[in-house]
Amino acid sequence: MVAEVPAVEAPAVIELRQAGLTYPGPPPVAALTACELTVGAGEFVTVVGPSGSGKSTFLNIVGLLDVPTSGSYLLDGIDTGALKDADRTALRGRRIGFVFQSFHLLPYRSAVENVRLALLYGAVPRAESHERAREALARVGLGHRLDAVPTRLSGGEQQRVAIARALVSRPSLLLCDEPTGNLDTATAGAILGLLDELHADGMTIVVITHDPLVAARGARTVSIRDGVLTERATV
Amino acid sequence: MRFRRRAARGGSPVEPSVLPLRELLSESLAGMLQRPGRSALTALGTVLGVGTFVAILGLTATTSSQIDSRFDLLTATEVTVEDTSVQQNAFAGPVFPADADERIGRLGGVEHAGVYWTVHPAGSATVRSSPVGADSGGEEIGIVAASPGALLAADPHLAQGRLYDAYLSRGAQPVAVIGSGIAARLGITTLETYPAVFIGDQPFTVVGIIDDTRRKADLLLSVIVPRTTAERIWGPPKGGDARMLIATRVGAAGQIAHEAPTALRPDHPEYLKAVPPPDPRTLRGTVTGDLNQLFLLLAAICLVIGAVGIANTTLVAVLERTGEIGLRRALGARGRHITAQFLAESGALGALGGLVGTSLGGLTVVIVALVRDWTPVVHPATIAAAPVIGLLTGLLAGLYPALRASRIQPAEALRR
Ligand SMILES: Nc1ncnc2c1ncn2[C@@H]1O[C@H](COP(=O)(O)OP(=O)(O)OP(=O)(O)O)[C@@H](O)[C@H]1O
Ligand SMILES: [Mg+2]
Repeated sequence: MVAEVPAVEAPAVIELRQAGLTYPGPPPVAALTACELTVGAGEFVTVVGPSGSGKSTFLNIVGLLDVPTSGSYLLDGIDTGALKDADRTALRGRRIGFVFQSFHLLPYRSAVENVRLALLYGAVPRAESHERAREALARVGLGHRLDAVPTRLSGGEQQRVAIARALVSRPSLLLCDEPTGNLDTATAGAILGLLDELHADGMTIVVITHDPLVAARGARTVSIRDGVLTERATV
Repeated sequence: MRFRRRAARGGSPVEPSVLPLRELLSESLAGMLQRPGRSALTALGTVLGVGTFVAILGLTATTSSQIDSRFDLLTATEVTVEDTSVQQNAFAGPVFPADADERIGRLGGVEHAGVYWTVHPAGSATVRSSPVGADSGGEEIGIVAASPGALLAADPHLAQGRLYDAYLSRGAQPVAVIGSGIAARLGITTLETYPAVFIGDQPFTVVGIIDDTRRKADLLLSVIVPRTTAERIWGPPKGGDARMLIATRVGAAGQIAHEAPTALRPDHPEYLKAVPPPDPRTLRGTVTGDLNQLFLLLAAICLVIGAVGIANTTLVAVLERTGEIGLRRALGARGRHITAQFLAESGALGALGGLVGTSLGGLTVVIVALVRDWTPVVHPATIAAAPVIGLLTGLLAGLYPALRASRIQPAEALRR
């Protein structure tokens, strides 16, 4: 085991050190109790747990949408607890790609425009952002539906647009919260296949799910129960 | 080393998020166009407010310019001095001294000044081109006694000949200047034959024919003789008949009107009344009445209603688009970028309403002017200010919703 540790250690993508979050309430809810987790570059981790166990809370912390009330969180070796809000926002925009259960696409904007949204705040020149948006859509197999609006797309296609949006900014971490929750089994399978491909390309992926079949796709699975995170060996 | 220095300066470990102006504008335009019907209705209040504003100011400018065209430069440089002695002293005698022209000419700003009156000769007052008895009848033509200065002050245009001067006037010579219309009626076509006109049985040599005057156009229909000649033949003017016409330089009229009575009659300035040109501002004031203020108030109320409409719609949009706000925040937008986007949207709505309102207001002015046969006048500043007023209304209305939008927490917004 020790031999496998690389000589020049790149910082882990995710490093949670006794990170916990208690919603202030009233009454205060300890949604996540001090948890310890390290995810290295290129890992595919699935997070499972029953409803209300604290999965989304975990994702919010890892995704820099919320600040842990205790402990610390390092993203790419940067201690996020010390960051100002503006810096946290910039870090989130540049290093993290989000895929949500409910897609969160802008209904009146074309697929390209939706994908381009992820580059809007990153000072990417207009022409370049269009080109990259087209590339990302081609990557998820939607090169032929560039100008379609989300309302004209199937659920699976919408989720592909959302994945393309998450990829286009070339993040170090892809965070997916129930990415297949709104999809039928076959479509969900296609989306998971896409995530596998991305993983094979070296992308670091964290997928939150309550579906054991989805959880089984990850090389590593952690489970959350009543706000307590535990690692368990994959079957 | 470098990292340390950056850290010491409080430098960021990552490049900050930005939102270029062009992207901001295209994002807010897209936001506005995604509900075109709602946007149009929202802008309606601003359209009405700004439209009323432009229409009122345009109509006011149009009516004022009607007055301005009547009240031209000529009127502004004209002072008339009237003889009011009869009401005070029936035995005052001739009020204007013989050297009236010189006395007024010495005042600063006077170009020409002179005394004139209409002569009413006793007995036969007909004007003919030949001696009495040569033909019957004759024409009833007005006779005006005018000093050379009065003639010059009327600013006549000579068709032929010349005006009589101070020399002819001092000698009380029987000379006359006539209008071209009178000349035609009397059969006088050329001055080379030294034609004469007869007033009663008095012959006058015609020295000049005028075809236009810029002041006192009635001179064109008169035979004009020197004041001295008229006094010699028909006696001084009756009390109240004589007047003085003063042509002044621009801006001097008021002061000259103030000084003229004393300059003419230091002993009895109260015998004379100088009439300065009317003040254009007071003229305009009477036209721009209370009604306009009422309408401007109405325009302001429309603007407030428009602002409330925009505020309401923007607030609804913010609540509706909470998910979008959360998403943008997740994609790296800062709170201020969200504020800027919603402000730009409400500002654009206001500016759009302002533009449409300006067009409609301008159209109203043009239509009213056409119907009343006026020249439509809208001040450029009104046209320039109107869309800006719309923009400001929109920005002001969007301020609260936009600030609220920036305070939405991304984690909560995305939970929906
Ligand atoms: N803003 C909040 N304030 C107070 N309590 C909260 C808040 N958000 C979540 N909670 C509570 O924290 C706990 C964990 O919630 P969380 O959303 O992380 O669950 P989850 O595992 O994602 O559930 P699900 O699978 O249903 O999405 C729940 O008990 C929830 O009620
Ligand atoms: Mg959840």
